[in-house]
Amino acid sequence: MSSHAHSAVHVPPAPTGFWRKYIFSIDHKVIGIQYYLLALLSVTVGILLSVLMRFHLVWPTAKVPGLELLSKVGAPGGVITPEYYLSLLTMHGTLMVFFVLTNAPFAGFGNYFLPIQIGTEDMAFPKFNMMSFWVTFVAFLILITAFFIPDGPPISGWTAYAPLSAVGNDAGPGLGWGQSLWGISIAVFCIGQLLGSLNFIATTLDLRAKGMTLMRMPMPTWAWFITACIGLMAFAVLFPACILLILDKVAGTSFFIPSGLVVGDKLQPHAGGSPLLWQHMFWFFGHPEVYIAILPGMGIVSHVLIANMRKPMLSAKVIIYSMMSIGFLSWLVWGHHMFVSGMNPFSSLLFSFPTLTITIPATIVTLIWLGSLYGANIQINSASLFALGFISMFVSGGISGFFLAQPSIDIYLHATYFVVGHFHMVMGVAAIFAIFSGTYFWFPKMTGHMMNETLGKLHFWFSFIGTYCIFMPFHYLGLIGNVRRYSTFVDDFMAPYLPVHKFVSIAAFVTGAGQFLFLFNLIYSRFRGAPAPDNPWNATSLEWSTSSPPPWNNFGGRHPVVYHDPYQYGVKGSKGDYVMQDSPETVLEE
Amino acid sequence: MPSRPADVLEKRALMSITTFPPVAGQAPPLPPQSSVTGIAGIKPRPVGGSSSGIWVGIFAITMSFAAFTSALFVRQGSGDWIHVVLPRLIYANTGVLLLSSISLEMSRRAFAVAQGGARDGMHELTRSTLSSSLLWLGITLVLGFAFVAGQYLVWKELAAQGLYLATTSNSSFLYVLTVAHALHVLGGITGLMRLAVRMTRKHITLRSRSVTNTAIYWHFMGALWLYLLLVITVRL
Repeated sequence: MSSHAHSAVHVPPAPTGFWRKYIFSIDHKVIGIQYYLLALLSVTVGILLSVLMRFHLVWPTAKVPGLELLSKVGAPGGVITPEYYLSLLTMHGTLMVFFVLTNAPFAGFGNYFLPIQIGTEDMAFPKFNMMSFWVTFVAFLILITAFFIPDGPPISGWTAYAPLSAVGNDAGPGLGWGQSLWGISIAVFCIGQLLGSLNFIATTLDLRAKGMTLMRMPMPTWAWFITACIGLMAFAVLFPACILLILDKVAGTSFFIPSGLVVGDKLQPHAGGSPLLWQHMFWFFGHPEVYIAILPGMGIVSHVLIANMRKPMLSAKVIIYSMMSIGFLSWLVWGHHMFVSGMNPFSSLLFSFPTLTITIPATIVTLIWLGSLYGANIQINSASLFALGFISMFVSGGISGFFLAQPSIDIYLHATYFVVGHFHMVMGVAAIFAIFSGTYFWFPKMTGHMMNETLGKLHFWFSFIGTYCIFMPFHYLGLIGNVRRYSTFVDDFMAPYLPVHKFVSIAAFVTGAGQFLFLFNLIYSRFRGAPAPDNPWNATSLEWSTSSPPPWNNFGGRHPVVYHDPYQYGVKGSKGDYVMQDSPETVLEE
Repeated sequence: MPSRPADVLEKRALMSITTFPPVAGQAPPLPPQSSVTGIAGIKPRPVGGSSSGIWVGIFAITMSFAAFTSALFVRQGSGDWIHVVLPRLIYANTGVLLLSSISLEMSRRAFAVAQGGARDGMHELTRSTLSSSLLWLGITLVLGFAFVAGQYLVWKELAAQGLYLATTSNSSFLYVLTVAHALHVLGGITGLMRLAVRMTRKHITLRSRSVTNTAIYWHFMGALWLYLLLVITVRL
């Protein structure tokens, strides 16, 4: 496909004044940073929640000083009730999956770097872009409000299964207004994400620089583009699901609530709904959602590794095609979250096959990474350490997926800590490592300052060892039958394993504390870090051809022309061992 | 940065692989000279550019209604399905919406004619040259509002029959589908009004792509309504 005309966005004059520059900005770079900061805020709250959860699991009767001020119902005297534990769990999951893992790698870095990497001045629809952030921010505020209502947040998990989520207050605390706020927040979030995805797709298709064919786009851009395509379809399905859930709650409809349901000794005045329908609609969104969380990470990690290996991947094209197949296959597997839901067992087979198939492109990508690393002289810095850590976590977490993909084993492992270990390693660690890697790599470009390398390396080792200590034991706990979403373990068979939980909790506290290294580094370096050159990593893609930070129109009025793919490393050029993408110098075979 | 175009061409000829394939005989791609249009180096959107954004949006809306439809099919699996008698007004509304698509097409074509004349230097693009286009746009707006008002009357008629949102599962879906569609139509009406405002300004900055995109969205609303009507009449 030929490239389109050079940058064709009508960019208005540079904004003046604090509000237009930093708050209601239509500049994709500012919006990207706003998303990133929102994700940072969300992850802080999310980690705090997980610390409370881990604390409660080991010391269920201990007081958390001050918590009774937040919730008299949920934590009387500072002791977390079992229901409040579920509330904390719900909000932890919701914040992390939606506001961290969808925001930071995709909306955050994507908004900042996609236009620059394709050589244009802004997104296709800058005003929609600004709207998409503020809509997401409003969704965040609505969600957080759930903490401050008397009954507290909902207790149905981030998956909000019906009928628990649909029947209202009869079923427990937080299911009245708490669940409604959750539903409204997520519905609003969907709209923000749809606007964002629209922008990404239109920009990638229409605004690439001269010479920038689709196959010459850098890996992160491909990952963001595929993620946007998935996101567009996924969030377009979650939105109706949330609407129907809200209607069941407030309007008395019966989309998800069956007849004859008795909750809390009260017969529910609904009839004929299907709880399974919610699961189908939710997971039809939910499975592609986890690929939305991981694919940008794959793109970022590939990009960082190539720059640090000083040689291109064995085959960038195969990685791109594999990412596309992962994106496509992600639509066929949603039922693997529902193996024990009571649906036709034959359909379990139909879902299991594509689930196992999806491991093929994922393995191909991993093997290409490993094969490319073999024999490479990799530069070790914070960014490349986190990229390598990503591969480790992705493999560790991904392998447990093989087991869960098989209905026969999943019948035993479903809803145990095995599943919790699996998704935390791939999402909660690998995807987060990709965000860290991207941060250490792109921070100089975004701020004009270098981050502190020593702190970065310390942060890596803390996180790497710490997260293995936290999440590896979960697999063993799952295998012995430790059920998830329980606030305490009172069964006799669990008694010998409580020390394991204690170990995990301590590891969690230490690892959580270690993240302050990152936070401090981020803030300190932003203001006092060493000044960064335009291209501190001697990297080749278009973002390194402009200043650090880029001017408001990205290239200072220049329209880059691109002559080859973005990974010309190991080339004997005039500037060392690499050739910038917008330089027509001698190139490697494409 | 290439020093001279000839150098670039020569270098490329020496290379065994062509990366960016220039057509033989054509000049190599130069960094474009910035022709200043007010702000240094920034070029406006090319006239008649692509409409990928609107199609992406249409695709997202289609997915949403597909989700509603599949929910409907699943829900029909349970036994409590009582068929609804549709108010006849709904068919009249359908006619109104389809007519509005026709009138919008007339408006769009009138705009294209006016713009063609302006480009040929025959006249300026002004309020008067666009008067025909604006007239048809006005008709479209009136019909659009009539459709939404008509839908409101349909809902009132259903309520008069005793069918509210939560009465039966049929009525739930009927309301959900028609309300969702009507909300999207209101969005389309906003787009039409935006066009109308820009057509009445002293200095016309409206480009044909904006008109085309708005028209594509509006026709999609009609097509979507036909689909929903089919689902409603057959399944509900």
